[in-house]
Amino acid sequence: MRAVRKSTHLSRQLLAANAVRHSSTNAVSIKPLTSVLIANRGEIALRVGRTASEYGIRTTTLYTDPDARSQHALSSPYAINLGEASAYLDGDRIIQIAKEQGCQGIHPGYGFLSENPTFARNCTEAGITFIGPPWQAIEAMGSKSKSKDIMIAAGVPCIPGYHGSNQDPEHLKNEAANIGYPVLLKAVKGGGGKGMRIVNKPEEFFDQLASAKSEARNSFGDEVMLVEKYITTPRHIEVQVFADKHGNCVALGERDCSIQRRHQKILEESPAPHLKEDIRQDIWEKARAAALAVKYEGAGTVEFIFDNDTGEFFFMEMNTRLQVEHPVTEMVTGEDLVRWQLIVAEGGKLPLTQQEIEQRIKERGAAIEARIYAENPDMNFIPDSGLLLHLRTPKPTATVRIDAGFVAGDEVSSHYDPMIAKLIVQGPTREAAIAKLRAALEEYEVAGPITNIEFLKKMCISPDFVAGDVETGYIQKHHDELFTPEPIAPEVHAQGALGLALQEISRAHTDLFSGPPVTSIGYSNSFQRRQIDLVETPANGKGDSTSTPITLIQTAPSKFDISVGDKTYSNVVSTFAPSTNTLTTFFPHTRLSTTFIRDEDRLTLFQQGKQYRLQLAVPKWAAKALGVKDLTNSVLAPMPCKVLRVDVKEGQEVKRDQPLVVIESMKMETVIRAPHDGVIARVVHGAGDLCKAGTALVEFAEEEK
Amino acid sequence: MAPKAPSREALTMLKHSIRPSSALRSQSQCRIVHPFAGPTPRLQARPQFSRQSPRGVATYTHAHHAEAVSVLPTNVDTNAEDFKENKRQMEEATEALEQLHAKIAQGGPEKAREKHIQRGKMFVRDRITALIDPGTPFLEFSQMAGYEMYKGEDVPAGGIITGVGTVNGVQCMIVANDSTVKGGTYYPITVKKHLRAQTIAQENRLPCIYLVDSGGANLPNQADVFPDVNHFGRIFYNQATMSGMGIPQVSVVMGPCTAGGAYIPSMSDESIIVENQGHIFLAGPPLVKAATGEIVSAEDLGGGKLHSEISGVTDSLAVDDAHALVLARRSVGNLNWHRKQTFSPSAQPTIQEPLYDPKELSGIAGTNLRRQIPIHEIIARIVDGSVFSEFKPLYGPTLVTGFAKIYGHPVGIVANNGILFSECSLKGAHFVQLCGKRQIPLIFLQNISGFMVGRDAEMGGIAKNGAKLVTAVSCVDVPKFTVIVGSSAGAGNYGMCGRAYSPRLLFAWPNAKTSVMGAEQLSSVMEAVGKKVDPDLKARIERESEATFGSARLWDDGIIPPEHTRRVLGMGLQMAQGGQNLGVERETKWGVFRM
Repeated sequence: MRAVRKSTHLSRQLLAANAVRHSSTNAVSIKPLTSVLIANRGEIALRVGRTASEYGIRTTTLYTDPDARSQHALSSPYAINLGEASAYLDGDRIIQIAKEQGCQGIHPGYGFLSENPTFARNCTEAGITFIGPPWQAIEAMGSKSKSKDIMIAAGVPCIPGYHGSNQDPEHLKNEAANIGYPVLLKAVKGGGGKGMRIVNKPEEFFDQLASAKSEARNSFGDEVMLVEKYITTPRHIEVQVFADKHGNCVALGERDCSIQRRHQKILEESPAPHLKEDIRQDIWEKARAAALAVKYEGAGTVEFIFDNDTGEFFFMEMNTRLQVEHPVTEMVTGEDLVRWQLIVAEGGKLPLTQQEIEQRIKERGAAIEARIYAENPDMNFIPDSGLLLHLRTPKPTATVRIDAGFVAGDEVSSHYDPMIAKLIVQGPTREAAIAKLRAALEEYEVAGPITNIEFLKKMCISPDFVAGDVETGYIQKHHDELFTPEPIAPEVHAQGALGLALQEISRAHTDLFSGPPVTSIGYSNSFQRRQIDLVETPANGKGDSTSTPITLIQTAPSKFDISVGDKTYSNVVSTFAPSTNTLTTFFPHTRLSTTFIRDEDRLTLFQQGKQYRLQLAVPKWAAKALGVKDLTNSVLAPMPCKVLRVDVKEGQEVKRDQPLVVIESMKMETVIRAPHDGVIARVVHGAGDLCKAGTALVEFAEEEK
Repeated sequence: MAPKAPSREALTMLKHSIRPSSALRSQSQCRIVHPFAGPTPRLQARPQFSRQSPRGVATYTHAHHAEAVSVLPTNVDTNAEDFKENKRQMEEATEALEQLHAKIAQGGPEKAREKHIQRGKMFVRDRITALIDPGTPFLEFSQMAGYEMYKGEDVPAGGIITGVGTVNGVQCMIVANDSTVKGGTYYPITVKKHLRAQTIAQENRLPCIYLVDSGGANLPNQADVFPDVNHFGRIFYNQATMSGMGIPQVSVVMGPCTAGGAYIPSMSDESIIVENQGHIFLAGPPLVKAATGEIVSAEDLGGGKLHSEISGVTDSLAVDDAHALVLARRSVGNLNWHRKQTFSPSAQPTIQEPLYDPKELSGIAGTNLRRQIPIHEIIARIVDGSVFSEFKPLYGPTLVTGFAKIYGHPVGIVANNGILFSECSLKGAHFVQLCGKRQIPLIFLQNISGFMVGRDAEMGGIAKNGAKLVTAVSCVDVPKFTVIVGSSAGAGNYGMCGRAYSPRLLFAWPNAKTSVMGAEQLSSVMEAVGKKVDPDLKARIERESEATFGSARLWDDGIIPPEHTRRVLGMGLQMAQGGQNLGVERETKWGVFRM
């Protein structure tokens, strides 16, 4: 702690020397931007375009073949085709286009080329303003070891550790003692948790070291170890900084991004909950010190790992770009950060002082952002893709903001990040903001790909989260609470069956030849008793599906007697509006208004702020009549993917867990392994094939009876 | 009164302004005006108004007022004692019929039903549900067929279900055997019901779907089902001729189809068979063994696989009932049935329901046929918006004639409101001719004890005048529908389009009584002609005139609850006027009118 204190002093002095506003006298020429190229896609391209248009700046957008009809490509009359899916990374081509189109600046957004120092340098050398920090700053922060050295020099605390070449176990143990337990042993060449051990006490150090080394040797053929401080309950807290060409640098508050899955953020908020004011001030100062140490310009984020047990924080890295979660800061400060980027790029001065910003934050309370992804939380957040069959968002207001790259009918492509939108809300307090977020999520309806919206709703009512007890391991620690499936109410099944019946009828009744608008005539029984079987598949893909029979008797065109299990509803009046897909039903006990979306035999219902996914049971005869294969003998693609490699041949005998196929999806490689011993009957897809989720990759030979 | 009805004041005003000489009005007309005949202050204002414009200018009448001319008023008092009594009696009859129909709808005995399900088969009514479009009605015919007809034998619905339903957007005639009833074998009434369904299909150009699951002719009754003109053979004759007329014939073989029955799928345009369940052969395994000594299983002799793969008798092979019905729906989808019509859903008129509750019909009619049924009240609860343009209301008022609409279909209504006199017959013949010229379907509402008798009547030529009505009704070439709402006796039955006059459909209310004359009169006539009268005769005639007796013998197409009259007629009109009948014009060839 002492060392940390010292560095606080140092950085204060440093700031005092630098951060006097409007102090710099060296004239920076103002170079107005009238036309910019947005070298990005999706919501961020739209986001940048929105601010640019607002200030009368012409925008040129880029798109690739799979993105030709995406919203960002359609947002500007100047849209240039780059061709293949990976072309957003073709920096030279993009600079060439900017020159041809007469653009004075390039906004890189986030991802793609935004943190590529070569690209930034090439822009500058081509005479085009790179709307971001100087390339030198990107380069400095891009290297882990270099940035750490700079930070230590600037008095910014870094995570204590030993990265040296002396691998003598005694030496390592001494280093561990200096760092303070618990420590983390990590193989230098390691990854994926292999060759990694946590040591809680000095007594167990050697055992764990030996174990880590042996694992590293086996996995990577290298046993060089590093020792680092291990933080038991870490939080991810980052500071939004902004610097101009005049030497001004401000911190626009911090963001807590501790709620993560697969090491990616899903909920981001500002201010960070339960952060003591002196630590807050300190972390801001350190962030500014970090930026100034690399002569930063424009928007940047300094990320810290925060130890919830001790209140210490350590520099992790600096992101030299506008981040996905920047709207959280915009909500708490009331400022447009893209506008600030443009001002800085033009050579202007920062619009607000640090004091003014603090005042703003005090007045505006709290903001929180939820990232809405096409992914399946129940299957370890595996990405999903596909057509957005239905999309209904909450109504945007001054305090509810939606940054989206898609509209209904668009396709979430498996070529790119599966983020559908960002939902940002602001409230006077954190509690109010969370309540508002939950309400907004309940109005957010997405049908088509599976999304994390239901999961986010559960997060909003997770007691520890509401209490502000966040940490990066939150989702794992609260797994049972967050992933326990809830039973579906009989009314939901009833609505599913009604939706199916009424949707079919609404189509049939468009012709003139169907007789009077009644469903029964005379004394004969009504001939309207139909059973509909709806199947619920476990969201995590494990366990058996449950089929629920629903009996519908249509007693009049919009009147039904319904039974689901032991529940019976009589004289239910239900109507379906095909234009809005809304099913309005008056049960004897309640009224339910449901959005009903059917895609082939998949049903998606939105009712009382919840989404339900059901499947229409396949009729008994289909298997035999249509030859619908029993897929027990096939290995299916778990997600839309590209086959990279097939490791088996037809006729080959394989053992359980033997790798069969390697697929790539969302830039992640996955090895598909044999579910059991057997003989490969057929390799359905070869290397290079694109497959939809659920298509067979490999078929096993049927076992002899 | 329903709020949609024009105000009494406005109505009265109109009656006065259009027909000022109320003195000439017949009694039936007076009935309408009578309660509000007293002048009101507003009415007095009118003459002053007309005095201000002495010159004759074109009078403006708003469409709303013009329409009000034809709106039937009602005098029904649902709190009146006789209404309540009528209602009670009719509901009693209805209740009994409901129970009877529910029992019939169960099909055969429990044991047979269980066996049927164990074989993986669907019940015949479930098959029909699966066949028709969800949310569309199925008009079932003659559920009472065979009721108490065969001593000691129960043949619910005659062992066959027939009716009209919408399949894949096309109205079709569905004929389905119920194999839980005596193995689906054909009793004489089964044959009659099957043939009646085919007649309806032929007259109305309805594609036929046969769901075959039958053991063929009921052998002990072979003499009454096999050889005659309207026996079993006629089924195939009809199939051939209908196919010739372009009326599609589709069979789904869901059970045995033996001997003559084998011709049902064989004579169809398309046929579907369920494997391991449907069998088609001229002789089943026992007969084959007896005749040639060959031992063969049913499946090998005439199973689905054999007929779909080798013999080609069937076109599609289904794995079960549900699959077969999906295939049948697909076949209908490929009929290209509505090829001559262009769809314009927006052109569909908005249909106005009657202003008054059809449920009141039971209280209006009752079951005591000695009491006159006010026929205008019946019409007002059947036609669109209770709008009825009465023709010749003042002439021969005991026969009510006029134009109306039912579910948007224009109709001419001929309805009894008392005994038929010469004038009534002339008016009726005149009106029927109008409908013939204008291609307007006719609806007959029968409640008739007969033509007027006596010297005065004969002197007035009631025989030749009645003949005019009978001739007109016989020859007019428009779809005719008859509903017996009360009694149907004597030549009145003929003049009012009884069964022999080929109405497209004929239905009876629960209170209907059909006989040549009342049981009492019949007994006294018998006595008068000096015959020794069987003491049970009166009771027997009474029983034989009941609706259930006639319906069991297919004198009608079924008994219907009075409040469903509109639905039944709507369905019938759709069947007669929709599909490929749309726009068909026929020239009526009249017989000689003896004037």
